[in-house]
Amino acid sequence: MAETTESARVFDLGKVPLRSLNQALHQVRDGSNEDWEVLNPGGSHSVAVGVDSPVAIAVRGSVGYYCGGMNDGAAITVHGSAGPGVGENMMSGAIVVKGDASQYAGATGRGGLLVIEGNASSRCGISMKGIDIVVGGNVGHMSAFMAQSGTLVVLGDAGEALGDSIYEAKIFVRGEVKSLGADCIRKAMKPKHIERLKGLLEKAGFGDVDPASFTRYGSARKLYNFNIDNADAY
Amino acid sequence: MCGIVGLFLKDKALEPRLGALLSDMLVSLTDRGPDSAGIAIYGVGAQGQTKITIQSPQPDLDFEGLETALAEAIGTPVTVVRKSTHAVVELPAAETDAARAALARLRPKVRVMGAGSAVEIYKEVGLPDAVVERFGVRAMSGTHGIGHTRMATESAVTTLGAHPFSTGPDQCLVHNGSLSNHNNVRRDLVREGMTFETENDTEVAAAYLSARIAKGKDLGTALEDGLRDLDGFYTFVVGTKSGFGVLRDPVACKPAVLAETDQYVAFGSEYRALARLPGIGSARVWEPEPATVYFWEH
Repeated sequence: MAETTESARVFDLGKVPLRSLNQALHQVRDGSNEDWEVLNPGGSHSVAVGVDSPVAIAVRGSVGYYCGGMNDGAAITVHGSAGPGVGENMMSGAIVVKGDASQYAGATGRGGLLVIEGNASSRCGISMKGIDIVVGGNVGHMSAFMAQSGTLVVLGDAGEALGDSIYEAKIFVRGEVKSLGADCIRKAMKPKHIERLKGLLEKAGFGDVDPASFTRYGSARKLYNFNIDNADAY
Repeated sequence: MCGIVGLFLKDKALEPRLGALLSDMLVSLTDRGPDSAGIAIYGVGAQGQTKITIQSPQPDLDFEGLETALAEAIGTPVTVVRKSTHAVVELPAAETDAARAALARLRPKVRVMGAGSAVEIYKEVGLPDAVVERFGVRAMSGTHGIGHTRMATESAVTTLGAHPFSTGPDQCLVHNGSLSNHNNVRRDLVREGMTFETENDTEVAAAYLSARIAKGKDLGTALEDGLRDLDGFYTFVVGTKSGFGVLRDPVACKPAVLAETDQYVAFGSEYRALARLPGIGSARVWEPEPATVYFWEH
């Protein structure tokens, strides 16, 4: 069974079922300041999904699909890599992945901060709606596809079709961009953007990185309304 | 969905454990596909001999007396080792074509799962755990192997529709995804003389690669050609006598994880499949890039 120690509630997923962890996390009441530790995740799906309390959760190992999905307030650290859909539809709080993340990290996220210290894969931040995502390495193709609001920060390179059909999300890339998607263009870095980026980099643990070394990308706003002259771009 | 695994050993000390390691990897992905499961194991074959893995819907009837009947038909001794619904027929490599023709005549219900000097292929309807148990896969040793657990989309849930698919000597393929132009590609391959057992899309991909390899291309080049000619969603893991390859389509929505240590290269649809491999904690673990051929060879 799960052990409770003075400092942390420990769940060893090699010994107890995932459901016991997630049910216990869902039963946390306001005012709790317990720390949680998850051992031997072994690539399990849905670790710490749907947590709606401001607790700290340390996951010791790599996780599968949807870790921290719908997170609303928790601070989740994955000491390993994450499978597809980490932090999908996050509302608030923070998720830090010490390793790499698979495809569609932070998809549809509405708030909070997702930090991937390694590389993210394809479709990172797809349809993001307010979440801030900071990736220490590279992102794959179709990242920030139809991104509506929020910020995607990439310290490395971006793959093909970055920001395709983007709305009002902001993208900052330090390295190379293989290609931009439809209606995504390079934009000027104004002081307000440097300020916003500086704050995000500090929050994500990359305070030593110069925000002026990034290029900003965003929407050309030409696909918002259908125009027959743009038909080729669809 | 579907779950696929592959394990290519670099360290000979692990070879006796190949079947057990691959079985555990496949069983961990059971919830990705409950319809059928299969495994291809590459062992060290005897010099000058061929192994033909066969399957029958009526094994008691078909395998009884097969050794004698086949030996008489081709005029040379053969061995037949039965494993449940499958059997491995071993014979001099020069007699392979004669044996296949004789098998079709003597036992018309028998199907060939694969043939070659190294490969044995076992596949059946059912969950991975039941399938590896039925064929004693855990006890098998070998140099490399691939496995598949299927959630059927493109053709019926049958033994023949299970993966791995083999259409060439010592070649086999497992697939997660679905091909959209397999009927056109099948028609082209039939014109080139290939034959097909099923309506399945993956069998077409396997035949496509085998046809190119038969024309003298190596597996890496054949896979590169596949990027151009095969349309649809796919993560492929391919085995040859001495090699092991991975290819994802350019959109790469079907998951894939690779791990490499000094002892092995391992593939899993998910990290779960790799989580209990020896030394995984210090392995290089990464997601293969889209439209990029990965290939390892002994």
